[in-house]
Amino acid sequence: MTVITPVTTDTIVSATPFWRLKGFPVIPVSILLFIAFVAVFADLLAPHDPQIGSLARRFKPPFWLEGGSLAYPLGTDHVGRDVLSRLIFGARVSMVVGITAVLVAGSIGTLLGIMSGYLGGWADQVVMRITDTWLALPALTFAIFLAAIVGPSELNIILILGLVYWTRYARVIRGEVLSLKQREFVRLAIVAGCSKSLIMWRHIMPNVINSAIVLATLMLGVVIVTEASLSFLGVGVPPPKPAWGLMMADGKKGLMVGYWWLTVFPGICIMLMVLSANLLGDWLRVKLDPQLRQL
Amino acid sequence: MPLLSLENLSTHYVSQQGARVVRAVDEVTLSLEAGETLGIVGESGSGKSTLALTILRLLPAAARITSGRMMFEGENLLDKSDDEMRQVRGKRIAMILQDPMASLNPLFTIGDQVGEPLRVHEGASRASAWKRAIELLRSVRIASPETRVTQFPHEMSGGMRQRIVGAVGISCEPRLLIADEPTTSLDLTIQAQYLKLLRDLQREHGLALIFITHNLGIVAKMCDQLAVMYAGRVVEHGPVSRIFNRPSHPYTKALLGSIPRMSDNRDHLTAIDGQPPDLASMPPGCSFAPRCPEAFDRCRAEEPPEFRIDHEIRARCWRAPIDASAKAAS
Amino acid sequence: MTAPLSTAVVQAAELTKHFPARRGIFGGQRGVVRAVDGISFTIDGGKTLGVVGESGCGKTTTAKLVLGLEEPTGGTMLFEDRNLDSLDKAGRRHYRKSVQAVFQDPYASLNPRMRISAIIAEPLITNETVEPAEVRRRVLELLDLVGLPGRSADLFPHEFSGGQRQRIAIARALVLSPRLVVLDEPVSALDVSIRAQILNLLRDLQARLGLSYLFIAHDLAAVAHMSHQIVVMYLGKIVESGEARAIASNPQHPYTKALFAAALPSHPDERREDEPLAGEVPSPLNPPSGCHFHPRCPHAMPRCSHQAPPLALVGDRLVACHLFG
Repeated sequence: MTVITPVTTDTIVSATPFWRLKGFPVIPVSILLFIAFVAVFADLLAPHDPQIGSLARRFKPPFWLEGGSLAYPLGTDHVGRDVLSRLIFGARVSMVVGITAVLVAGSIGTLLGIMSGYLGGWADQVVMRITDTWLALPALTFAIFLAAIVGPSELNIILILGLVYWTRYARVIRGEVLSLKQREFVRLAIVAGCSKSLIMWRHIMPNVINSAIVLATLMLGVVIVTEASLSFLGVGVPPPKPAWGLMMADGKKGLMVGYWWLTVFPGICIMLMVLSANLLGDWLRVKLDPQLRQL
Repeated sequence: MPLLSLENLSTHYVSQQGARVVRAVDEVTLSLEAGETLGIVGESGSGKSTLALTILRLLPAAARITSGRMMFEGENLLDKSDDEMRQVRGKRIAMILQDPMASLNPLFTIGDQVGEPLRVHEGASRASAWKRAIELLRSVRIASPETRVTQFPHEMSGGMRQRIVGAVGISCEPRLLIADEPTTSLDLTIQAQYLKLLRDLQREHGLALIFITHNLGIVAKMCDQLAVMYAGRVVEHGPVSRIFNRPSHPYTKALLGSIPRMSDNRDHLTAIDGQPPDLASMPPGCSFAPRCPEAFDRCRAEEPPEFRIDHEIRARCWRAPIDASAKAAS
Repeated sequence: MTAPLSTAVVQAAELTKHFPARRGIFGGQRGVVRAVDGISFTIDGGKTLGVVGESGCGKTTTAKLVLGLEEPTGGTMLFEDRNLDSLDKAGRRHYRKSVQAVFQDPYASLNPRMRISAIIAEPLITNETVEPAEVRRRVLELLDLVGLPGRSADLFPHEFSGGQRQRIAIARALVLSPRLVVLDEPVSALDVSIRAQILNLLRDLQARLGLSYLFIAHDLAAVAHMSHQIVVMYLGKIVESGEARAIASNPQHPYTKALFAAALPSHPDERREDEPLAGEVPSPLNPPSGCHFHPRCPHAMPRCSHQAPPLALVGDRLVACHLFG
């Protein structure tokens, strides 16, 4: 009797590692990997120290414009710091903050979503009411509020972002868990005598990981924009650490006088990163889980 | 002239790169007279549902009808334009599907849905379609049709919904009704009511019925003619009693033997080894050969054509005509 | 392995399960769904009890009660002659290990992320401490028992067809050497030609291992073929109960008669033109008074609407009908 048999599309999807699926978005992933690479090797790649500038060299334009030079390829800012170097180190900040915050939000949210969905009862009620309240608050305002209370620092920002965004995870994962609970293999695990925690760990968790990953890629974009907004408003990662949002805030005064490179370049970086994350997440969502309607 | 005549009909699914061809329906030849009931029996991969969609030309984009003719009341349905086919569907050939909840739109009243074919095909006004809908509900034995007509699908039971779907189907008095697994989701006693209803409607309206099912019991109860499909081909075709009494094709034999019967006391059912076929990778020769207890060398090398076993039965099998003439000789 | 002596494995007496019905939006009527309403049955060692009935009859709830997935609201259930209520923790453990299940949907019964060996071994390692080598040996033994090749152990569910998955589900159900396996529509989701394979396998396993089965299916012929005893349920109550062949060939209760008459013939010569049973299956939220079947019964008497008939011995079986007493 042959063992290998025809496979339907649903089953293909749950078994193949996602990078081998058709239509893999090469460009967005390459951009993200490139940004990650830049972030990791920032020390080697950046031509200058991002935090030290000389007032003599302030407001130099990018090299292809008059007055620019290849020493400072993308120009310098209002205190003479090299824009390119700041962008490179800013990538590190965005990546670190973005990814860590997503991981924090994802872990809390997935865990609570699983418990709330599977255990039901008061656990569910409590988590859901907290989620309702949290979600009712506009994320950015809430983040600002928290940042104002605890004071800005990179770690605080990560925690704040994690706290603000875990609710979206919890909601989506809980929905998945509710339908998973009804599947026969969960019932059979109960019949086999597995404890609730064992079932949540062995049966529920691995089957919601896909959704969690999709959500993570989509959230990455949101988190980065929020971080940039916080930095822009001055309550994000504190200066002089270069964050793209902060660069835009600093540079906005220069716009009036035509120093466009101070805002445009960090803006482009934010846009590329968020767009790539969104495209990746969108593709993953369709490939892995066409029923994620909540998104 | 038969009401419906399919001649060497083939529907193939072509993959995007054109590399893989799945022969979902392969050289099917069948015919049906007016008022007759034909049962098309098959399992996964048999092509029976694709055949139904082919007749109504409701195939998805990836499918292509690659050969054959479909003669309905003397006209080749393949020659018709899309507009002309739309006038055929619902009016001359109707179809009912397995899941009544999926066949009915939850947002519209029963009256609207039963009346829709009338408004589309006969240009009836909303008021007259509504009146006809009430009559149609009465004819499918729904009690208090005047109240039911204003209700919504979710307010009905499964059995009632299936009857409403039936009412939609017969509303324009089609000549042919194709029913694809119409009773799979129904309880036994409800199924019995429903099948009796279809029988009565058939007699009253002179309707020809095609039942597409995996359930030989439905065929035994309702059908005059039977076509057994396997891997896209019709492997045996003929009158129902004859096939049940003396099946010619090994697949038919095994299928009949694998069904538990209330009356007998067999310990073991006849099981067919192996798995239903994967249409994407068919072996050479007869598609049933890998699982056939009677296969010999020729079966694995060459696809058998359709043989006329006798005046009633056609079977696609190398062995069947040999067995038949042996029996005839003895 | 020799089959154990034929003693009752499970005995249920007046088993009841009521579910609270949801309140209407404006706090309207409250109600109770009497999913299972005072049923009594026995499952003997090495034998199959078939449960037959249509939607809302309570057969799925009965399965859940036997499996311990739901707690009864009334009545008693004895397992190996001991009352389940009085079992201590070890006793409950033993019960859990002795009663396993195979469900309808082979595509939902196996965790898509676990290998076959892990799926089959799960009940074993959850309930006992066993050496990994011994676990592996047992998994291979079971795969062989259900007719699958040993290399299946390292594969994932998606590489198997429906029939093969059901075999895996059966192997898993047997890993703890249970006494009773609850089979809830084990073949309805499979192709017709595969059903026979699985039913044959189940019969073989019963003979070899002395298993008892609680067999639930809507295919009457399959239930009649597989079962030694049958109970017929309608809206939470048992209306007829007895030996399978006897009931199939000569049903007594009007509902059982209608049910078997409604069953599809297995041959065109067996076609009957009887008038099928009229009416719909009533909602379990609001069952008819007295005998639940009386609105649809062709033999209903005035008594039937006030008084629910008890299950009484009539000849060789139990029937709940006023026609007989």
